Amino acid sequence: MFCLRNILRAFVLLIGMTSAVLAEPYEEALPKLASDRYADTDAAIGAIARSGRPLALGIVEALRDGRLLSGEGQVIIRRPSGELIDAATGQAWTGSSGDLKPVRINNRVRRAIEAALGSLTLLSPDARTRLQAAQAVFRSRDAAALPTLDTAIAQESDLHVRDALESARAAIILTMPDALPDQSLAAIATLHGRGDQEALVLLSGLPSGMSSEVAAAARKAADGIRTRLAVFGALQNVWYGISLGSVLLLAAIGLAITFGTMGVINMAHGEMVMLGAYTTFVVQELIRTHAPGLFGVSLLVALPLAFVVAGAVGVLIERTVIRFLYGRPLETLLATWGISLILQQGVRTIFGPTNREVGTPAWMSGALEIGAMSLTYNRIAIVVFAFSVFATLLLVLRYTSLGLYVRAVTQNRRMAGSMGIRTSRIDALAFGLGSGMAGIAGVALSQIDNVSPNLGQSYIIDSFMVVVFGGVGNLWGTLVGAMTLGTANKLLEPYAGAVLGKIILLIAIILFIQRRPRGLFALRGRAVEA
Amino acid sequence: MSIFNMTRRNLLALTAATLVSSATAQASKAEETIKVGVLHSLSGTMAISETTLKDVMLMLVEEQNKKGGLLGRKLEAVVVDPASNWPLFAEKARELISQHKVAAVFGAWTSVSRKSVLPVFKELNSILFYPVQYEGEESERNVFYTGAAPNQQAIPAVDYLAKEEGVERWVLAGTDYVYPRTTNKILEAYLTSKGVKADDIMISYTPFGHSDWQTIVADIKKFGSAGKKTAVVSTINGDANVPFYKELANQGVKATDIPVVAFSVGEEELAGIDTKPLVGHLAAWNYFQSVDTPENKAFIDKWKAFTKNEKRVSNDPMEAHVIGFNMWVKAVEKAGTTDPDTVIDSIVGIQVPNLTGGVSEMLPNHHITKPVLIGEIKEDGQFETVWQTDGLVPGEAWSKYLEGSKDLIADWKTLKCGNYNTVTKKCGA
Repeated sequence: MFCLRNILRAFVLLIGMTSAVLAEPYEEALPKLASDRYADTDAAIGAIARSGRPLALGIVEALRDGRLLSGEGQVIIRRPSGELIDAATGQAWTGSSGDLKPVRINNRVRRAIEAALGSLTLLSPDARTRLQAAQAVFRSRDAAALPTLDTAIAQESDLHVRDALESARAAIILTMPDALPDQSLAAIATLHGRGDQEALVLLSGLPSGMSSEVAAAARKAADGIRTRLAVFGALQNVWYGISLGSVLLLAAIGLAITFGTMGVINMAHGEMVMLGAYTTFVVQELIRTHAPGLFGVSLLVALPLAFVVAGAVGVLIERTVIRFLYGRPLETLLATWGISLILQQGVRTIFGPTNREVGTPAWMSGALEIGAMSLTYNRIAIVVFAFSVFATLLLVLRYTSLGLYVRAVTQNRRMAGSMGIRTSRIDALAFGLGSGMAGIAGVALSQIDNVSPNLGQSYIIDSFMVVVFGGVGNLWGTLVGAMTLGTANKLLEPYAGAVLGKIILLIAIILFIQRRPRGLFALRGRAVEA
Repeated sequence: MSIFNMTRRNLLALTAATLVSSATAQASKAEETIKVGVLHSLSGTMAISETTLKDVMLMLVEEQNKKGGLLGRKLEAVVVDPASNWPLFAEKARELISQHKVAAVFGAWTSVSRKSVLPVFKELNSILFYPVQYEGEESERNVFYTGAAPNQQAIPAVDYLAKEEGVERWVLAGTDYVYPRTTNKILEAYLTSKGVKADDIMISYTPFGHSDWQTIVADIKKFGSAGKKTAVVSTINGDANVPFYKELANQGVKATDIPVVAFSVGEEELAGIDTKPLVGHLAAWNYFQSVDTPENKAFIDKWKAFTKNEKRVSNDPMEAHVIGFNMWVKAVEKAGTTDPDTVIDSIVGIQVPNLTGGVSEMLPNHHITKPVLIGEIKEDGQFETVWQTDGLVPGEAWSKYLEGSKDLIADWKTLKCGNYNTVTKKCGA
């Protein structure tokens, strides 16, 4: 009797326990979210996402945004409005908020969050969210999301999102060992259409035990993708070359005037670039504190200012130092090198030795995907910018009176002087123009490089190389020189590596200058002899 | 009249005497100070990192003087600027030791600057405290390495990624000089010993100050999309980091896809970058500014007050200088003299609290014990510690994973040798 009662009691207890384990994974998982071990948090996120509870999405989003709090074994959601909610009951939290700490996350947890959000937001009303969800499911390949995916595909109206959903579905099917052959074939076709690196990985890593028909189709699709990727890879390299070329062009274009047409070996040219970059920094700081709404146009505001600042410093240098040294290249070189050190140390004293943060406006962040190529917006902006600066300078030299005078003075100083041109004033203005151009380049370079006192140094050698290679005294030579060097560098880099690539290029230039000392586009006529 | 004259002459004599005596007093006081050399670049490429260390040293000296100095004498910092110029480091070190007669030097950052001053310190028998994480494979009698050796930074970081993030494919990216090359050699040997195949390791070097990362980041992306979890172990140094991280962010390489763990990127380097797209990328150090201990809080408060700048950040090499300086002070107190030979003997075994809540000890191989911390970049440019060793890790001068160095040990206490070969039982490799 006693025995039977005991067994009965144990039985009841057992039922109670199993039901607790089976029916309440959500309640079980909740306290684990706030565990010290990231592995526990990781597992708990999956359990919560699968629980189907209405609060699940809120919890995962709160965790992502650092709004999930814990304290004394309780998990609390802080709504963006600031309201606190007990994750276990969904009721408002009444305890003290003093002891609550945000739940810590790391990369592993972030990945679990992305995957969970993917399955949870596939049916979201917002197309952007659905697209992100589809991409997250494509990465997580969570087979449990398949039914939801089918529903989502059936009701999807946005073509772009639909494609993403289809490839997520295909990815799941291809990683399922028990998929039907025609399902698999359809999935392979979908992935072939997608045609990128991820699709290739999926197609070449099929689970074993697929029918030979499926395996053959996958192989064929993978080969197709490989060819496509190779073509786009080559195009991508050319693009990198053009974009590096534009950076070189920007850095060298001011030098093309001061060194190219005026013959001044200006070692402080890099520092003009640096001044432009620091002007951008100052402009952004002012905008941040006084008019945060204008941040998107901060670079446009900085452009004329950088031109004025660097140009003014250029004129000052020309008037105080360089004009006494015309025709004495060695002295000019030493003097301008000294000026570059002074400017560097000056900036270091004012702004400190550490890097300054120059923000990227939202419209310049991210990348544009064309086929299997990705072109980052900031590089596109720099390429467009470099070419417009080049065109502007060309027009200024060709069609304005300043341009005419500069060309006249460059070609024959004494004759120009006899015609009534004030050559020394033109010298100062031309030097200011070159320096201003360098300042403008600094605005662009602040987007891709350090804004530090050393910024200019890293570009001075490259700039001289471009101008000398392209041919001194010829703007078109600078353009072609920059593009040639940029593209050659980027085409060499994948094969030779960054270090060796640069060395090979340098040797090639040395050999080239030996053969053609005047560069690609040599000036002919009297100017050369002068 | 004569009386007046007398008085005036007397007065004059008196004044002169006072002047002379005060001058001699000052002179003898100046002689009494203990000089500490600070050998950090204040201009040139390395100024970005080293200037801060100079400020830390000035703060430590000032603080010690407030406590009453050392051996009853005041400390005096002698600051020189080697201008990021490696041969100049040697010249300036010689100037500090021979001309200024400093008792010890705190300085150098890059390995090449350390190598360039080594002969000077040996020849003139002085002491150098070197505060930066480095490639190991060295132990000198006159040098104390307060930064991390590879086993205190690189190896634990790789272990963390393999275990916690399940990484199977590795990109070892570095700047092309001795520290990244040696560290990557050690890491490659270590990964191979753990069964990673050669196909799953990609090594890439770039020149100093490399600014065009498009191709390399694209390569990393491609290497990372081969179906296995991939991570980048970055020994990229100095200025090149900013364009590297900017390119990662622009090409959309997120930490959840391909995490980057860096050994040369700290709070100071992140100050120049918008860190929002970098959240989750990692760094391995022995100290983070975000470490929550009373020692660290006190240090940061003092640092901000000293620099009069609320936004100044602290970083790992700064902590190394704090530890090194405190160890030197303790050793001098223990020895009762600043004589280099005595201090070198008495500093081994000295223990001082570090800023992360432990107690670091100077080991016989002239390296110290330190905890290893792995941190993830947060939105505010600080690090969140996601993993930490249980105790302190003793620094190893010679790597266990490299042929030619695995049999070597350094012991300046009993063996009096920096490279004792345990197989041939001989000093000198």
